[in-house]
Amino acid sequence: MHDAGKIIPGLIIFAAIVTFPFYYNMGKAVERPEPKLDTPAIQELKEKQCVESKEFMRANHMQLLNQWRDAVVRDGNNVYIGSNGKKYTMSLQNTCMKCHSNKKNFCDSCHKYVAVRPYCWDCHIAPKESKL
Amino acid sequence: MGAIVAFIAVIILVLIVLAGTGAANLHFLLGVIIPYLTFVTFTIGVAYRVVKWGRSPVPFRIPTTAGQQKSLSWIKDSKLDNPSTTTGVIGRMGLEVLLFRSLFRNTSSKLYNGSIFAHKWEKWLWMGSLAFHWSFLIVLIRHFRLFMAPVPSLLHLIEAFDGFLQIGSPGIFVSGIILLGAVSYLLFRRFYIPQVRYISLTSDYFPLFLIIGIALSGILMRYFIKVDVVSAKELIMGLLTFKPIIPKGIGVIFYIHLFLVCALFAYFPFSKLMHMAGVFLSPTRNLANNSRMKRHVNPWNYPVKVHTYEEYEEDFRGKMKTAKIPVEKE
Ligand code: HEC
Ligand code: HEC
Ligand code: HEC
Ligand code: HEM
Repeated sequence: MHDAGKIIPGLIIFAAIVTFPFYYNMGKAVERPEPKLDTPAIQELKEKQCVESKEFMRANHMQLLNQWRDAVVRDGNNVYIGSNGKKYTMSLQNTCMKCHSNKKNFCDSCHKYVAVRPYCWDCHIAPKESKL
Repeated sequence: MGAIVAFIAVIILVLIVLAGTGAANLHFLLGVIIPYLTFVTFTIGVAYRVVKWGRSPVPFRIPTTAGQQKSLSWIKDSKLDNPSTTTGVIGRMGLEVLLFRSLFRNTSSKLYNGSIFAHKWEKWLWMGSLAFHWSFLIVLIRHFRLFMAPVPSLLHLIEAFDGFLQIGSPGIFVSGIILLGAVSYLLFRRFYIPQVRYISLTSDYFPLFLIIGIALSGILMRYFIKVDVVSAKELIMGLLTFKPIIPKGIGVIFYIHLFLVCALFAYFPFSKLMHMAGVFLSPTRNLANNSRMKRHVNPWNYPVKVHTYEEYEEDFRGKMKTAKIPVEKE
């Protein structure tokens, strides 16, 4: 091969870049997060149910929050009727966080895993947690 | 014609996934086996192509790149466009790779008033491809939040800049939108300009449609047809730590996105996309023009048997003297 002195280091850099995700994660066992539901508000519920089904909430809760925000701030409408027929007040702090008052072990456990940092808490007040 | 074949090919790829995740239940194939095979094909394929290129000798420095070459001290040379030193070559290569400098010089030629032939600046292709490649890179880097645990804070910084519009939730990332816009422009250009359409082949259209498919499925997945991203990351981390698992209930759109990405990377070593590695091996970009200072011997020269004048005279000196032909040595 011609210019092996340049091509081979180039190929080594290429290999280092493409295999980076493999050796970066080597030996690190990062478990899938298990959001905790052990808050007083949820313990008191007769049926342990969210505003929508669990599967829906997992994938769509950010969009739901956005709809809530638009409905409240733009249209002044703050009653949400879930698909189970129950009524909820559309509020991040007073509804979601009332039940999920364990933000650190609930919202943040997932968000840390997928590395999202919702900026909502720049303004909205996170529930006070005794633990941690 | 080429465009239609390429378009149908991408549609077939999507249909394969729909069939595979639907009735056939081939999630393990689509989510684990194909990504691994793709990785191997891509890495080995690219290395193989580069080594193959490295085997063909490049004999001469190419002095005819744009810019004045270094010659006499009172002629100003162009240090970046026609460099005579390694530093200059690195500068030229850097500008080429990061800013597509040679594309910046693109011109279009046209007849004006039916008879005046003129060249004109043509910056759209340069702008379109710069927007496309940079947004592609940023999107790819941002994806590393799904490929790494823990995620370094540099990625959060990039996300903060990319998501500065803070529209909606999940917030819009500008680079994803620019990616789709720019790649669509590059496709539109091939349809719109007759000369470009004439020279476009299936192998030009296929990567474009594939990347449009990838960007579109990604954008659909993030903003419209939501998937459970926690499970998606679980699948990806399983692949990266060689403990593959298929979490239940990730939407089909994720498998479509993943399969199209696999198709792109598996196709990569066999395609024009190899220009990613090829740019570094371009003789007009990577060779310093120092032909006036250094002797470059043709690498495929074989030893030629020569008969020098001295040897000739040695052989025939007697006869030459008799014939009164002047000789150098008496
Ligand atoms: C009435 C109390 C209550 C309210 C109000 C509530 N949740 Fe829930 N949430 C629950 C319960 C209980 C579950 C567990 C559901 C299950 O296991 O089926 C849950 C589950 C979830 C999950 C899925 C967690 C997992 O394990 O995957 C998410 C995400 C979530 N909630 C977000 C929200 C958001 C965002 C809001 C506000 C829009 C909200 N919840 C409002 C009680 C509530
Ligand atoms: C089951 C895990 C899980 C739980 C529990 C959870 N989230 Fe999320 N959340 C996610 C994931 C995953 C994303 C990122 C989705 C994406 O990247 O498209 C996200 C994104 C968001 C976003 C949008 C961030 C952005 O990109 O701008 C908001 C807002 C949000 N979550 C609010 C909450 C709140 C409030 C809670 C607690 C009540 C909560 N989430 C609980 C998984 C979870
Ligand atoms: C710049 C500050 C700010 C940020 C950042 C912000 N909000 Fe708000 N939000 C407000 C204000 C102000 C209101 C109006 C409160 C009212 O009318 O009572 C509001 C109202 C809301 C409401 C309805 C009313 C209520 O009590 O909750 C929701 C839901 C909401 N925001 C969700 C979000 C989410 C989700 C995010 C993050 C993606 C977010 N907000 C980020 C300032 C902010
Ligand atoms: C060729 C490389 C790829 C390109 C160009 C690409 C493009 C995109 C785009 C444009 C989006 C929309 C959101 C954004 O702007 O970030 C997206 C989302 C996404 N992509 Fe990719 N992608 C690529 C590779 C991959 C790979 C290899 C995976 C996983 C194995 C993947 C998984 C995802 C997931 C899960 C989302 C949704 C993220 C979310 O909802 O926040 N992508 N992709």
